[in-house]
Amino acid sequence: MSIQVDHVTKRFGAFTVLNDVNLHVQEGELVALLGPSGCGKTTLLRILAGLERPDQGRIFLQGTEVTDQRISERRVGFVFQHYALFRHMTVADNIAFGLTVLPRAQRPSAARIQEKVHDLLGLVHLQAMADRYPSQLSGGQRQRVALARALAVEPKLLLLDEPFGALDAKVRKELRRWLRRLHDNLHVTSILVTHDQEEALEAAHRVVVMHQGNIEQIGTPDEVYENPATPFVYQFLGDVNVFHGRIAHDRILDKEAGEPLSADADASDQREVTFVRPHDLELSLSRTTPTQLEATVQFLITAGARVHLELASKEFSEIIAVELTKERYRELKLQQGDVVFVHPKQLQVFRMPSPLTVKS
Amino acid sequence: MNVSSAIADRDVEWKDSITTESTFVRRLLISAAFLYLTLFLFVPLAAIFAEALKGGLAAYVGSFLNDDALAAVRLTLLVAAVAVPLNAVFGVAAAWAIAKFDFVGKQVLISLIDMPLAVSPVISGLIYVLLFGAQGWLGPWLLEHDIKIIFALPGIVLATIFVTVPFVARELIPLMQSQGREEEEAAITLGASGWQMFMRVTLPNIKWSLLYGVILCNARAMGEFGAVSVVSGHIRGLTNTMPLHVEILYNEYNAVAAFAVASLLTLLAIVTLIAKTMIERKTDSYNRRKMQA
Repeated sequence: MSIQVDHVTKRFGAFTVLNDVNLHVQEGELVALLGPSGCGKTTLLRILAGLERPDQGRIFLQGTEVTDQRISERRVGFVFQHYALFRHMTVADNIAFGLTVLPRAQRPSAARIQEKVHDLLGLVHLQAMADRYPSQLSGGQRQRVALARALAVEPKLLLLDEPFGALDAKVRKELRRWLRRLHDNLHVTSILVTHDQEEALEAAHRVVVMHQGNIEQIGTPDEVYENPATPFVYQFLGDVNVFHGRIAHDRILDKEAGEPLSADADASDQREVTFVRPHDLELSLSRTTPTQLEATVQFLITAGARVHLELASKEFSEIIAVELTKERYRELKLQQGDVVFVHPKQLQVFRMPSPLTVKS
Repeated sequence: MNVSSAIADRDVEWKDSITTESTFVRRLLISAAFLYLTLFLFVPLAAIFAEALKGGLAAYVGSFLNDDALAAVRLTLLVAAVAVPLNAVFGVAAAWAIAKFDFVGKQVLISLIDMPLAVSPVISGLIYVLLFGAQGWLGPWLLEHDIKIIFALPGIVLATIFVTVPFVARELIPLMQSQGREEEEAAITLGASGWQMFMRVTLPNIKWSLLYGVILCNARAMGEFGAVSVVSGHIRGLTNTMPLHVEILYNEYNAVAAFAVASLLTLLAIVTLIAKTMIERKTDSYNRRKMQA
């Protein structure tokens, strides 16, 4: 089911949670709403489900306006962060709930419901747990029951509110891959709310990055990661080094790496901020170009697939984070205290209003 | 002695040394508590049954089997049968509103529910006399239309409802607040109607606390004296509830009968306590399960 969010605004008291949000989701897509807590992503999801009403704007599902439609008429499946399983019902009864509340005329026979529950239990790999109560399951199992329960009513739209947020890292990783595979089989339009950038980039076809009630960028995981549209997206998606001002201009930017700033851009009310990802910084032991930044290795973390370094430079107050492959690290034979020369392979410059001139 | 039991022993000693007193102090405190409860609770309770059975079993049974006593029992049961269901429904509705919705005046509503506990029962009764009595605000109008509230069944029921309002609601509000709205929201997104959601999700989650509140409410409704005394008019065989009947008998120096009827109320209290304990056990294990869910 395609989704059209049209100029939706929502306020809680004086606080604007969603500020004139527009979004289009195509049928069969798996879209992630990504942002820090309080950015409005959960509110947008709840508005799509019908659990909240927008103050302004309209919602279309499959081209039909549903802004004033009741939840039960929208045919959406909703998966809650804390599962919201019915604690007094067995796993099988939980999954069957949506079918047993159907009006008698539409309700499948008891045997048919049982069969369907059995199929869904197979889908989420919990056949052996049918007669258990939610309290007897692990967090990951509970969330799979919640998903099966939402799928039982054959929703045209699946909404997942931080579904793996309460689980530990390993289970979370397994479940999001499983969810992606499940989606590839079922093709039900799905929206996944998460604050975990890795989860969004790994599971979704498209990522919607949200910040303070606004959509900052919409794109495929590659697009938002490689070409962040705003400084916020750059910082939210992965680690980043931020260089401010003239020194960055002289030192970090050289003609090969990024486009040099034109002279007139250096207006007094604009501030240049340069963003470089840790793995886009190249190190060498001797100076090869005059613009390279000289720095000292302060700290090394060698455990893991990649080597993480923290460098200190006289020209910047902040620590510079660098990520190297194991091979490169072995070539350089770096140790704490070594002097290195830093050169960015890729960077991005944003011009932002200078905080010093905001008053004028 | 192997290593693990040595460690276990030391653990026990260590725990003993900081969390409990010496054996002597411990025994002293426990005996003091028992002595106090025996003197002030058990002895009077035992005295009721001793006094009631003083004249023999025949006199004891005879105390109930007369028209006035039976009328009092019937009236008490009738009042409870009206007041308790009404307050159960109101309690669920109020707790639902307070726990699941945000609205202006929520704190005022919570305070209002607690008011009958803060007000003396005599005043609770007087309120109705001032409202519906012959000299009250609505008295003349009621008289004109020949509607009897004070010194009649409606007044007794009203006073009882007033006094027993808080019991169910207070039991449910904290529970429903801690349970949150998510399960109800899940039921709605799965297509349940409001009624289906209440019957299949909300009610099963609160049933033990609801029953607990109803039992406390019932005990108070049957045992209420002050408020009912003010509005009843003490008409024998008509407006006397069991507690009022006990008072009348006692004032007539009919101690055996008074204590016999009192023993019935005491039995009710004991049954209530047993039921309460059993339900508490149920809710405890239920809440433990809930915490994990």
